[in-house]
Amino acid sequence: MDCERASHRMYYYLDGELTVWRRWVITRHLNRCPPCAQGYDFEIDLRQVIAMRCRDTVPPDLKRRVADALGLSATDDA
Amino acid sequence: MADQARFADLAMPYMDALYSAALRMTRTPADAEDLVQETYLRAYRGFGGFKDGTNIKAWLYKILTNTFINSYRAKKRRPEETDLDDTEDFYLYRRLGGLEAAAAERTPETQVLESIPEPVVKEALESLPEQFRMAVLLADVEGFSYKEIAEIMDVPIGTVMSRLHRGRKQLQARLWNFAQERGLLPEPAAAGGS
Repeated sequence: MDCERASHRMYYYLDGELTVWRRWVITRHLNRCPPCAQGYDFEIDLRQVIAMRCRDTVPPDLKRRVADALGLSATDDA
Repeated sequence: MADQARFADLAMPYMDALYSAALRMTRTPADAEDLVQETYLRAYRGFGGFKDGTNIKAWLYKILTNTFINSYRAKKRRPEETDLDDTEDFYLYRRLGGLEAAAAERTPETQVLESIPEPVVKEALESLPEQFRMAVLLADVEGFSYKEIAEIMDVPIGTVMSRLHRGRKQLQARLWNFAQERGLLPEPAAAGGS
């Protein structure tokens, strides 16, 4: 495993879409290569920042409208 | 009525998440609200087809995505390809000084990340071409697997992977540009700074 391959496989690794063996090979590389490990860590942080910043809350009015349209008893959480 | 209660129990808790996704897809609150309402109506009508024990969240997102594609998306099919294809790995990280030799003095990259405000992240994501935007949204915001995304978007897994790959890189490039435009980045450590 070299740095270039570690970087090309990063997304598969972070997405949990690698076989156990390939995962292990990369983990081993990361344990030995601080620059790659930091790059991976950065991508993990970036992902968390993106996910956290992209959360919105449904306007209460829409919640009510949907519940009404479906004939669900409006749960009193407004 | 039992079905109605079950639908409420299973589906209603996802409304915030679906609304967030709808906002990223339509980019306007009014359209997002309509899209969410339409999605719930369709889901309710089709609830008989939902198999117990399968993933209700993925099922709802599939309905959301289909509804968006059929009703809200501009009809003209412009090619979604752009020329940022060869953006390198670790695009943003490199820009922020990571992987560089003289690392001693730099602001920790993660600190810069944390300082990027919510509207900038949303704008960057929403500025991506639709196919890439959807893939990144489903993977990185909602945490779906490649297989689930393939089912939601009705494309092969290989397509999901390439859209994700390119979408993420483009997102990093956009974030970098937005952060630069808004002066969110630390001053480059010029020789003899004041």
